[in-house]
Parts: sequence; structure tokens; C-alpha cells
Amino acid sequence: MLPPARPIGELWRCDRDLIKSRLQTRRFATILPARFLAVVSGEHPEGIEMAAAHKAQSAAKPGGVAELDASPPELLGFFRDMLLIRRFEERAGQMYGMGLIGGFCHLYIGQEAVVVGMQAALKEGDTIITSYRDHGHMLACGMDPKGVMAELTGRRTGYSHGKGGSMHMFSREKNFFGGHGIVGAQVPIGTGLGFAHRYRDNGLISVTYLGDGAINQGQVYESFNMAALWKLPVVYVIENNRYGMGTSIDRASARTDLFHRGMAHGIPGEQVDGMNVLAVHEAGLAAAEHARSGQGPLILEMMTYRYRGHSMSDPAKYRTRDEVDRMRTEHDPIDHARRLLSEGGTGEASLKAIDAEVRARVAEAAQFAQDSPEPDPAELWTDVLVDA
Amino acid sequence: MATEVLMPALSPTMTEGKIARWLKSEGEKVRAGDVLAEIETDKATMEVEAVDEGVLARIVIAEGTDHVAVNTPIAVIAANGEDPVPAPGPNGREPAAAAAAPQARAPQPSAAPTPPAAAHAAPAAEPEYTGATRTITVREALRDAIAEEMRRDETVFLLGEEVGEYQGAYKVSQGLLEEFGARRVIDTPITEQGFAGLGVGAGFAGLRPIVEFMTFNFAMQAIDQIVNSASKTRYMSGGQMGCPIVFRGPNGIAARVAAQHSQCYASWYAHCPGLKVVAPYTGADHKGLLKSAIRDPNPVVFLEHELVYGESFAVPDDPDFVVPIGKARIARPGTQVTVTAFSRMVKLALQAAEELEKAGISAEIIDLRSLRPFDIETVIASVKKTNRIVAVEEGWPFAGIGAEIAAMVMEQCFDWLDAPLKRVAGKDVPLPYAANLEHLAVPQVEDIVAAAREVAYR
Repeated sequence: MLPPARPIGELWRCDRDLIKSRLQTRRFATILPARFLAVVSGEHPEGIEMAAAHKAQSAAKPGGVAELDASPPELLGFFRDMLLIRRFEERAGQMYGMGLIGGFCHLYIGQEAVVVGMQAALKEGDTIITSYRDHGHMLACGMDPKGVMAELTGRRTGYSHGKGGSMHMFSREKNFFGGHGIVGAQVPIGTGLGFAHRYRDNGLISVTYLGDGAINQGQVYESFNMAALWKLPVVYVIENNRYGMGTSIDRASARTDLFHRGMAHGIPGEQVDGMNVLAVHEAGLAAAEHARSGQGPLILEMMTYRYRGHSMSDPAKYRTRDEVDRMRTEHDPIDHARRLLSEGGTGEASLKAIDAEVRARVAEAAQFAQDSPEPDPAELWTDVLVDA
Repeated sequence: MATEVLMPALSPTMTEGKIARWLKSEGEKVRAGDVLAEIETDKATMEVEAVDEGVLARIVIAEGTDHVAVNTPIAVIAANGEDPVPAPGPNGREPAAAAAAPQARAPQPSAAPTPPAAAHAAPAAEPEYTGATRTITVREALRDAIAEEMRRDETVFLLGEEVGEYQGAYKVSQGLLEEFGARRVIDTPITEQGFAGLGVGAGFAGLRPIVEFMTFNFAMQAIDQIVNSASKTRYMSGGQMGCPIVFRGPNGIAARVAAQHSQCYASWYAHCPGLKVVAPYTGADHKGLLKSAIRDPNPVVFLEHELVYGESFAVPDDPDFVVPIGKARIARPGTQVTVTAFSRMVKLALQAAEELEKAGISAEIIDLRSLRPFDIETVIASVKKTNRIVAVEEGWPFAGIGAEIAAMVMEQCFDWLDAPLKRVAGKDVPLPYAANLEHLAVPQVEDIVAAAREVAYR
């Protein structure tokens, strides 16, 4: 007899308590039977319907999700970082429209809470790798918006000197390892970064981001297996924004909850409200602690949403406008943080000042990206190989 | 200050589109990020968002208008507290095609600059080795190279199927687990794409992985990681990030293992900028080139050959002995016909040279050793001497290494040729299992002799 199905948000809250207690004893369950049964039984009334996000909005209320501190001191910084990504991406979209940015350009608008919350959970030296929807990750890592925007416009001052573009930027200094254009290919590489941490026994972890589209690639499971086999310090962050290009998750995945995809390898997983930066941050802290303590990899499934198309050219026929509007008005991660800050006593003037500061940084980046010269033609031949 | 909202392009090729609908009306307040309008082409739909805060002062192009040129002003946003801008025309609309602003693109250079000279120049050949040698098999030479480099550099490790406890599927890694332990000699699951990618990540992080493929046939599972991840990242990162990794294992035919386990990948990998590709024959070259490959900061594809593993050669004993990547070797000097070969085909070419000598033809055998970078200078110098050339390879002829040599020789020393280049290659079929058919499919000594006689007109 299966237990009655419950909405994800509620289940998730239960898990969080469990994970907290497990953390204290330094032991994660691989999976929670009740939730697992609910998933396999198909009795998932809200399915992937963002139930977690619904709950997340009540985080400030008593008894709300995970009983997070409604307005911790770091929230203002989270708000600023998310806003920077949002404004940067809007400007990138606009510059694409003006023909200043070419090729593929995948915007991160809507998903900001994921990278900002995760980044705040990391230590100096932890490595980050992701796929091609990567602008948000780079900004969250602390890479300079000017260098990122200049790469988008293909200029010599860009992070890759104009040779990588939107999908291929890197920063040794910030431990950002790209920026990869082949769906899923960054997962073994991120696992290798974790391998290197383990090899050096340096106490650092690899945060490997992938999307709900990549999760069905074979190499992801090859990586999960090795990471679990060798107890590599990797946190796999699945950014489940519900659509792999134009295919919704329920049309692509036999089972649409993704946090349990490591179950066959004994990798614990947790579903997180990816529209709530505090929930992400807390889950990130727990996950990083788990990976860092030598217990092997862990999966965080971030329930998130992208407001914009897959890339700039997107038919937008695969989902309703109502769905997008609903997410935007009811679950926006930045509005959420702004509201918490207001309720926590942050004055409108402070928020406006942040707004102005962010806008100025983005304007400066955009100007820099347009004023910078294109790469020298001689750059065509450089950086193919280095001298042995 | 009022700002104009321009008709955006959804793709680099879009020139015009349709304003499907306005989501804000004139006079309405807008915040940055608010969706103003939805635009459409025959392929795609996109939302136009406000970048600044203010008031939607004027809608210039009405909802439903089609054929609106990219960069046409479609609306005006006034800053808060500012007077809305008055409409310019009687109907508040401008003709759609009027204001296509020039695209902010720099002119394209008319021709790519030529590569710097350094990209062409082959390194100097290694100095003649005069130290102590030991006669060992190629398999032992490879093992010694790995062991010496692992002793020399703590970041070097070996990763692959059966490299540890089994001692190597072809016994190349014999004894390494005992000396270096399981931390540095790592048995992987059968998961080529996964462990190749894991190696690439470890390389990005500054380790020096040696990834062994049980055979290169299985590396096809991992070729995306080798080409897309390992070879291109240095370029794509503007030089910030590289991958010092060696992908090695037996390549080419074995004996009676049929089509899926018998294939030469030399031209596949040699095609790719950002990779180095070597395919040695002698024991000394196996050892010296593998040591160079492990020390190299770039990804190196190291092609071995199962039928060569057991051959014995005098191999330098000195741990400092290395062979530079990118330099061919004259395996046998001659004057009348040049024969290029690599890997196991060098052995057949040398046997053919013996036969040719009996017939009074002096063949110069060039062991290419490196396929990328390719030492064309040595080949050209030889052709200028012999005026004839045969290119031998075990792989298929179409778009093969021989085809590339033919092109380069044509481009660089056409006037020195007394006969067209002749290719000797594997037959253009999947490799058959039957002994007689397999023999027919693979280049034999007599094929090389016949080709040399043909170009020598003798």
C-alpha cells in the first residue's frame, strides 16, 4: 500500500529536516522511501508543477519552508548579485537584438537564485563548471561583467579574447572552468575536477552544473558511477528549468523528478526550490559540507524556470504565455528577495541604490563591450597549442 | 532622458519581423525587465523587455504591424518625471522601413593572415643518442616511459580499463600498480566517454593524466571529449586553460579481430587543430615520444600498434632521453624513391626497401613518427632528392594521411616530381575476418614494392 501522494513542497520540507539531522550525524540517506514511492507510483498531483516554488514564497511565514531566517545579513548581497545577472542578461538580449552579439546566446533570466545561492555556499578554490547557459555562473563567480560582455560582442578584451563567445568563457583566477557547448560533456569534466581535488587531497570541491536536458545523456551516468565509486567531492547541481530546448521534461524523461537519478549509484539527492535564494544557499551549504567531508558526490535538483527562450531564436510555442507570466509574477527570485528585504526592514532607498549601482555596472560593461576593438587578426593563430 | 526602444533581431539573419502585441500601453509605468511587447518572425517569438525604468511615453509601431525592419524605433520610454515625447507625425507612426539603423559590425578582413612561421617549422631532430641501451620490447619501452615520468612528476597518473590489477590488457602497464599504488594507477569501469572526460577535467585542473584506451576503437565513444573538450579549450579560452593529457592505446589492425576492432584513426585525429598526434614504430621512439607526450602541455593522441608491442629494439636507458614531437626520422637513406610510413607500416616499408635494393632501386624510408605537427620539410627535402614518392598507411585511402601528403607535395614541390605520388593504403572496406580477405585488405610488402616500381617506372 503506497502512502498518499503529497505535493513536492511538503515532501521537500520533510526531507530538509531529515537532511539536517543526517548532516549532524554526517550521513545522508540515499533516498527517502516515501517520496520515492510517491514518484514511482505516479501519484504526483503537482508533479513538476513547481510546488516547491509555491511553498518557497511563504518562506518568511511561520512554519514556512525550512524555517529559514527570513532576512539574514547576506540576503542584501544575494539580491545585488541576482539583480546584476538579471540586468546583465536583459542588456545582453538587447544587444543581441541590435546585432552586437552573434551566434547562440542563452539567457539565464529567471534562474538567478541558483548560482547566487550556490556560490555563497562555496569556499575559495572550489571549482565551477557548467554548460552553455553560463553568463549567470560567471557573474556569480565574480568574473568582471565587462570582460563577459566584451566576450559576447567578440572583442579582444573579452575573457577568451573574442575566441570563445557566449558559450565558452573561462577564468583560472575565479576557478570557473567553462562554458561548454556540448550538452552533458561538462559532467565528466566536472567529475575530473573533483578527481583532481581528491588526488591532491586539498579539501576543495567541484560544483558541476547541468540541465534537465543533459540529465538523459549517457556520460552523466558514467560520471555518477565513477564519482560514487571513488567518493569524489562533487556536487552535481541539476538546474531543472523544465525545458530542454523546446521539449518539456515530461516529454523527455520517463521520470520527471531528477534528484534521484543518482540513486542507482548510491548518490543522495535533494530537490530544492531554485526560485528561493535562501533555500538554495542552505541546500548548497549542506551539500558542500557533505562533498567536502569525503562522503562522495551529492545531487541537488534546483526547481527553476527560464523566462526567456532556449536561445534568442525560440518559437515560444511549447509553453503558454500564462505559464511564463505566472512564474514571473508569482515566483520571481528577485522579487522574492526584495520582498523579504523590505519586510526585514531594508528601506526602499537602499534597494533603489543597489538598483542604480547594478544598472551603472551593466551600462559600463555594455559600453566597454562596444568600445573595445575586435581581436587582432594575428589572434587567429594563437592559443591553438602552447610550446612544449 | 527619453530612450528609444528598437526593433530587435532574433537572429543574425533576421531583417524584419512583426509586432505581435504590446503588453504595456502608452502612459503606463514600466520597470526594468518588464515585458513591453512580443515580436514574431516566421520562425521565432521573442519578448522585448524594458531596460530602464520610466513611462512608456509612446508606441511608435502599432500592434499587428508586420515587416518592421530591425533597429527601427518601436517605442519611446521617458524617464520618471519627464514629459512624454510628443508624437512626430499626424498618426504617431513612422514608416516601418524608414529607420533601419546600420548594424554595428566592423568590416570583415578580406583574407586571413598567414600563420606565423613557427607553426610550420619542425623542431630540430633529437641529438644522436650515444648512451647505454637495453634491448627490450615496445611494450616494455612504453612501460618504462610511463614509470620514469611518474617518478619524475607526481601529477602524472595512469587511468584506464585493466591498467592496474590486470597489469594492462596488452601488458603495457605491468608492474606500475605495485610501484605507484592505486591512487596513481587507476582501474576504471568500462566507460570511455566518462573517463576520457574525467581525464580532461583533471588536466584542466593541472594534473597530467595518461588515459589508456584498451584500443582506439573504443575511443570513438570518447571522441567528443578528445576533440571538443581537450583540443579546443585552449583556443576557446584565449589561452587561459589547457589540457596536458595523453590519450594512448593500440590503433590499427590486430589479427583476425574483424571490422569493429581493426581501424586506423590516424587521419581522424590528425585532422584536428589543438591536438598533437604521434604514431611511432621503434622502441626508442615509443619511449622517447611517450615521455615527450607526457611532458607536453597540450593534448597528445599517442597511437600504438598491437602487432608492434612484442617487437624488440635497442632502447636508450637514460631517463632524460626524449624524442621531440613533430620531427620525422630517416629510417633508411636512399636516392631514387621516397617512401613515407608510420607505425607498423615502417617495418613493411623497410622490408620493401630490401626487396627494391635487390632490383636496383634505392628507396629512402621516412618514418613520419608525428602526424600533427607534420614534418613536411623532411618529406620535401627527400622528394627533392628522389623526385618520386610513395605514401604508405594502414588506414583507408580516402581523406587519409597519404591524401594529405599528396596535397602538400603538390603544393610545395610539384616541379620536383617525376611521377605522380602513389598511395599504398588499406582497402576501402571494413576489415574482413577471413584470413585470406584480411590479407588482401591490409597493405603488404609487395604492395609497397609494386608502388615504388610504378613511380620509378621500373
